[in-house]
Order: sequence, then structure tokens, then C-alpha cells
Amino acid sequence: MTRALPAASRPFVAFPALLRQHGFAVAPEQTVAFLEAVRLLGPRSIEHVRRAAVATLAPHPHQMARFDALFDLHFLGGFAEPDEADDWQPDEETKIQEEGGEREILVGESVNETGQQAIEAEALAVRRLRPADDGGLLVRLARDLPDALPRRRGYRFRAARRGQRIDLAQSLRAAIRTDGEVMSLKRRRRGTRTRPVLMLIDVSGSMKGRTDANLALAHTLVQAAPRAEVFTFGTRLTRLTRVLKLRNREQALAQASGLVADWDGGTRIGDALQAFLAVPRYAGYARGAVVVILSDGLERGDPAAMIAAMRRLAARAFRIDWLSPLAADPDYRPETDAMAAIRPLVTTLANGASTAAICRHLTALGDGRAA
Amino acid sequence: MVLRAPMPGLSSPEALADALRAAYYLADDGIATAAFLALALGKPLLLEGAPGVGKTEAAKALSGILGRQLIRLQCFEGIDASAALYEWNYPRQMLAIRQAREGEHADIYRDDFLIERPMLAVLRRPQSTVLLIDEIDRSDHEFEAFLLEFLSDFSISIPERGTLRASERPVVVLTSNRTRDLHEALRRRCIYHYIAYPDPAREAAIIMLRSSAVAEATARAVVHAVGLLRQEPLTKPPGVAESVDWAEAATALSRTGAPWPDAFRRSIGAALKDEEDLAHMRPRLDALIGAIAR
Repeated sequence: MTRALPAASRPFVAFPALLRQHGFAVAPEQTVAFLEAVRLLGPRSIEHVRRAAVATLAPHPHQMARFDALFDLHFLGGFAEPDEADDWQPDEETKIQEEGGEREILVGESVNETGQQAIEAEALAVRRLRPADDGGLLVRLARDLPDALPRRRGYRFRAARRGQRIDLAQSLRAAIRTDGEVMSLKRRRRGTRTRPVLMLIDVSGSMKGRTDANLALAHTLVQAAPRAEVFTFGTRLTRLTRVLKLRNREQALAQASGLVADWDGGTRIGDALQAFLAVPRYAGYARGAVVVILSDGLERGDPAAMIAAMRRLAARAFRIDWLSPLAADPDYRPETDAMAAIRPLVTTLANGASTAAICRHLTALGDGRAA
Repeated sequence: MVLRAPMPGLSSPEALADALRAAYYLADDGIATAAFLALALGKPLLLEGAPGVGKTEAAKALSGILGRQLIRLQCFEGIDASAALYEWNYPRQMLAIRQAREGEHADIYRDDFLIERPMLAVLRRPQSTVLLIDEIDRSDHEFEAFLLEFLSDFSISIPERGTLRASERPVVVLTSNRTRDLHEALRRRCIYHYIAYPDPAREAAIIMLRSSAVAEATARAVVHAVGLLRQEPLTKPPGVAESVDWAEAATALSRTGAPWPDAFRRSIGAALKDEEDLAHMRPRLDALIGAIAR
């Protein structure tokens, strides 16, 4: 840079820098667009600057509250460091009303919910995840999983020796080489795509022994599968996919531990599933997907809610695999009201007692060998 | 950065909001600012929000006030360049080759063998069109990457013809229902606005603007009811379009002599279009109608 910035524009250049310090991805071209926008709008008031900033720096909707807090801090001289707990999600929060009083299932995506008021039935906890030594199981899972998942027909056409459709572009190209004589008709067909995987992990107290290992497994799943979504549930529902996309497992799990607020608490599977289905964006993740639920199914809430939610989930999913630690016992029969009622909706109810058992199940999904 | 010349009569977000209002689109400050900046900076406008909040309508209204033709590219899974850009008319090319006499050269890459798809149409006529890339979240990552290239310099290359560049930056509006996260690089290239549900007063105003037959009290009642519906865990919460439909449907039924609560109840299908949602609301419907009926 050969010229110093005019003093008046410095705060506007400094703001994107501040955003970057707080984890927002802001490209230099967006800073330029922000300056231009401020110039175009006048600015006549601080609200014009704010609107220019939102439009050009494009914060993700779930980062909006943090963005506003940083804006206030920077331009209005706010006092506090913005709390990371207040992310606003226009279409991603939902409340579940229950009979006998109001209880909430809070839906969070990349949300640290420590600022939320805890409700009586919840035991909110902070937990340090320690992935156990899996003896290379997860390395093998990462290697085998992409080829092992079920596939469906895709919508994109690819060149193929045999196919339903004639590839006119390629056929013409071949014909040009033979002076317009069509010697061979090239063909194309629809390819296949790996089905998405949706993993729902029970993090309630009764699953305490499996939680660390299940989260480590979920990290491998998100890393290895072409499309995977991971949510945890106990008394709340939390989307973990975003943090599990971090390549480094320790870092990812450290962030996940801060994100989930209901470790080792109670279980309200029905409410959590209904909260999941009530967000159209989330419910879409289940469409045509392999849904894997890691839970013992010990429901503390109303079984009717769980049954209704499972019915809706089953209508969307390609298959639902319920992997329960209790199923390690060959004599296990789902006898609670809820589990007995949802048994017909579940494709398989199988052993989820160890990482090895879950890995075996996942890698056998595609070829009909799933237990 | 090359700035566009200010558009006549659209010198500020407020002026743009007024123009949009005249085109029957009620824009709040946020969307008016974002659209104004997109036009002034020559950047694509990315509108996200729940289905039915008026993203596509915004693009239509913009094309209306700019006096330009709206060219819509509806995205779907598997959409590729030949659906978005151009395709050669292969049968005609083949015929031309076959018909060419011996020793004669058939130019099969002339314009009349080219089938123009939306993006090429816009590049050829950037001053007279608005490109709406609708529901970009439905397309796959391959198409999104392809779009990035198009949106960075508004040029496309046709191997047989060379690179075609727009003479000026066209007006592009992208919409997304947020069924998946868009690539950060795409968001960076755009002016971004998240359209939330309008506040009740604005939504009532939209209903009355859209449908002159609806009385103000009906519009308010519908907005109140729709507000309550949006708090329920529904698969498809009603959007603004559904509010307008419901108000119109209830008005039409009341003209046939149905009393108001009954008109609202019988026309619920205009607001809720999912059997699961209807089943969920059925036991609660009386309370809901009771809360809003005059």
C-alpha cells in the first residue's frame, strides 16, 4: 500500500479485522465492499453503517447476535466483550409445549448455551471429552466407510458404455471425426450417490459410559462420509456437525464439549426428536438418509411423543438403525412402552455397546449385511 | 471496484423501498438497503430465509421496477452447465454435417446452432434482464462451484467459441431456503440479506396490498393466527404467501354466507398444506380460531 488510509475510514477497516479476530471469515473484497457501501449510504446514522456491514460482510444468520454485539462494541463503545452464548437463529429455534407445564427443548447450532436458563428437569454440565484409545478402529472406519454406505440413484448423467440415454454431444464429436458418419452412439446414464447419514447421539446420564467414544466415532463419520449430520440429545438437541468438521479430533471434541449443555442429564427422546423435526432445515437432513440412533432408549418423557416423532422420522428416512448398548445382551427385548411401540419403525435394533460393534454395523450397511 | 451509475430515481434505500412498494412489494429497511447496495455495487444479491417469506417475490419486484425482463433459473439436484448456460442443438448440427457437400465446410458452431439457457441469455443482454437463480441450496456442490466462477467475473467460456464476457455486470438475485449451508466463497461474492418473517403490522399491510378484497380486520386476524401457527412445531410453517391465500380464501367463503370463525376454519388448507401439520393442529384449531375470530 502506498497511501495511508484517510483517518475517517479507519474504523470501517478496523471492524472487519475485529470480526476476523472473533472467528468471522471476512475476505478483503468484502472490506472494500463495506467501505463502498458506507460511502453510498451516506452514512446518515449508525444504523446505516450497521445495515451496510450486515449486507456486505454477510454474517451467517446464527452469528447475527455476536455480529451485532461486536458492532456495538466497535462503533458504539459497548462495554462487555460479546457473549458467545446469544446466537440468534431465526428458523432454527423451537419450543416444545408439553402437557403439565411448559418445557423447552432448545435447538442450537454452534451455540454455547451456557447463558440460557437451566430448567428444573435438566442437569446442565460441562464435560471434557476424552476419546478412548480405539486401537485403530476409527482409522479403519474412515477407510472403509465411504464405500460401505448405501447408495441411491443420482440425478447427474455420466458417460457410460451402456446407458439409458444417448450422449448427443459425445456422439456428435465422434461423428465429426468420421465426416459425419455415426459409427458409434455414445451413451450416458445416471450415476449413484452415497446416501447421507444422520447420527443422533444420546448424551444422557444412562449413556455416560459410551458418550466419549460415540462422539469420537461421530467425528470420524463426519470426516469420512460424503454427507453426514450429527446431533446430540438428552434434554436438548444440539447440532454438532459444524464443529466435527474440524479435522483435528482433539480440537473438534473440545469444541463439542463446550457446545453441548446437557451432558449426563435426563432423556426426553420424544421431545428432542420433535424439536429436530420441527425445524424444516433439520428435518430435511433425514430425507432419504441412513438414520443411526445411538441410545439405550430409556425414555423419561412421554412415550406418545417419542412414538409420534419416530413415525414422522421413519416416513422420511431410508432406514433407521437403533444401536443400543443394552442390545449387546442376546436376551435383550425392547420392553419399555416406547421401545416396544417403535420397534416396527426401526429397520434394525442392534448392538451399540462398543465402538467395534458400531463400526461393524456401519461398514456393513451397504450390502445388506447390517445386523 | 467499478461502480454502477446511480439508477435514476433509485438514489437511496428509501427511494428503492418506495419504488418496490409501488410494485406491490413491501420491503423493510434491511432488504431495501441490501438490494440498493447490490444494484449500486453491481454485486449479486443473496436472499436467504424460510420458504414463503418473499425471496422470489423480491426478485420479481426488482425486475419490475428496473423495467427488465426476469430470467429465472430454477435449481434442482443434478442441474448442470447445459441446463444453466447453453447447449448445442446436436440433431441440427448432425444434419448440417450430413447435408454439407463434399469438400464443403459446415460451420456447426454458429449462433443458430446454440440453444441459449438462462445464464447465457443474461450475459448477452445484461442491461435488459434480471437473473434469478432460485433455490440455489437445491443444487449440488459441483454446480455451486461452477456458479462461483460465473459470479466472479460474469464470463463463460464456450470451448468452440471462446470466452463471452458481459458488457456490464448484470443484476443477479440468488435465493436459498437454507436446506444446506452454502459455500462461504459464494456468500462472500454476494450482498447478503436474511429475510425473516415480517412483523405483524407489515404482514397485514402486505396482505392488503396483495389483495384489495381483504378487509383490514380479516388481515389482522389472519396475521395473528399465522403468528400462532408459526410457534407450533410444524413441518411447513405458513409463509407470507400462505397468509395472503388464507385471508383471500376466508374472505371468499364469507361472501358465500359462511360466518367468520367457520370461514377461517374451512379455509385452513390455504395456510397448512401438510397432512401431519393438519393432524397436529386439528385438536388445537378451535382455540386458535377462538383467539382470532372477531
